[in-house]
Amino acid sequence: MIYVDNASTSWPKPKEVLRAMTDFLENSGGNPGRSGHRLSISAARIVFGAREAVAGFFNVSDPMRVIFTYNVTYAINLALRGLLKPGDRVVTTSMEHNAVMRPLRALENAGIQLDVVHCGSDGRLDLDAMGKAITAGTRLVVMNHASNVVGTILPVKEVANLAHQAGAYLLVDAAQTAGVIPIDQPALGIDLLAFTGHKGMYGPTGTGGLVLGEGVDIAELEPLVRGGTGSKSEFEEQPDMLPDKYESGTINSVGIAGLGAGIGWVQSRGVASIQAHEADLTALLISGLKNIPGLTVYGTGDPAQMTAVVSCSLAGHHVSEVGRRLDDEFGVLCRVGLHCAPSAHRTIGTFPEGTVRLAPGIFTSPDDIRSVVAAVERIATRHG
Amino acid sequence: MDKYGVILFQTSSAAMQAEAILLKADLKVKLIPTPRELSSDCGISLRFDWEFLDKVQSFQENGRLNAVGIYPLPGGEK
Repeated sequence: MIYVDNASTSWPKPKEVLRAMTDFLENSGGNPGRSGHRLSISAARIVFGAREAVAGFFNVSDPMRVIFTYNVTYAINLALRGLLKPGDRVVTTSMEHNAVMRPLRALENAGIQLDVVHCGSDGRLDLDAMGKAITAGTRLVVMNHASNVVGTILPVKEVANLAHQAGAYLLVDAAQTAGVIPIDQPALGIDLLAFTGHKGMYGPTGTGGLVLGEGVDIAELEPLVRGGTGSKSEFEEQPDMLPDKYESGTINSVGIAGLGAGIGWVQSRGVASIQAHEADLTALLISGLKNIPGLTVYGTGDPAQMTAVVSCSLAGHHVSEVGRRLDDEFGVLCRVGLHCAPSAHRTIGTFPEGTVRLAPGIFTSPDDIRSVVAAVERIATRHG
Repeated sequence: MDKYGVILFQTSSAAMQAEAILLKADLKVKLIPTPRELSSDCGISLRFDWEFLDKVQSFQENGRLNAVGIYPLPGGEK
């Protein structure tokens, strides 16, 4: 079996992650920040350790500005729904995932003004067009760091400059990049960084977060959910300090224990080294696929400008058929279709059919990639 | 007479952060349930040896502890 669906969720997870989660359940199973007995404190210490690990991972000095959520979608919803009010102007790109698009469209119905900047068919963003769309009245710019469909990396730092010149915040969806591209949040000028724990950070599902840059005034950010925090318990109103304001209800502490271990594991390997490994695999994959008759590779085709997410289609074959045969006949596991990003597919010209998405990860070998290419080639030349 | 002090916080995350900072500075501290006499802001507080009050206060003055109060631990004589 060859798993090339790491853009959906990374698999397998490092043994260290599994061990941290088992250890948490066996030895630290209390409710963090609630009870004050040894198991509660042990759990709180592990959660705080992970909070510090996330802060360090993104070069943020204050771990209190790391808010744990259950995935990147929750983090994006917290940022969008917490910040935006009717009348606010928001700029985004046409390459966004529905995790960004759906809450924005709902907020548009509630009275925000949304401007979607169209990207090129390779997923690249025209900075001039972005600069024209961001004006003095813009409240927020929202963009992905890299596309979940074609892997194209967007110029976050340049857009941050444009946003800040206009007095707007920048929210970045780093679902596809955290762990596979080094992210220095302050240096990139990201005000709100939404990440997921179960992809490039090699943690389990059910983990993610929103990291608030120092420029973000939390008085402007309403919580998405209110409830018990283990603090200010005499009040029936939500506390206003970090991180409790945004972390109501029992946190996914066992998942966060795994996330902390995942970050440690990624750091021991080095993000730059992971990035180089994945770029090599991407180059091998693209060069192999390009020789297959009838096959189209979407995106820039340049491993230096993308993450290890390769979308393609095969003339005369539905993507669903290719996906099924890759799994049934060759044991190659990938994702086909629209990848929850209809706008991105419209941009690259693959709506509504979608693409076959091949996403290698740190555990994928060059031989795996050769087998994947051979499998696609067999499907292209021999009907099932 | 040896006695304990207690550092109170607004959130358990701040208590965890302070614990790490003070342990790193070789101060003996222990997380305990917050004494009800003092506050119910946060369920967890940090106990320390009162003789190190000056050190604890200097960390607080440097803005590193995020404590909301530093008190003698009620009934906290050793």
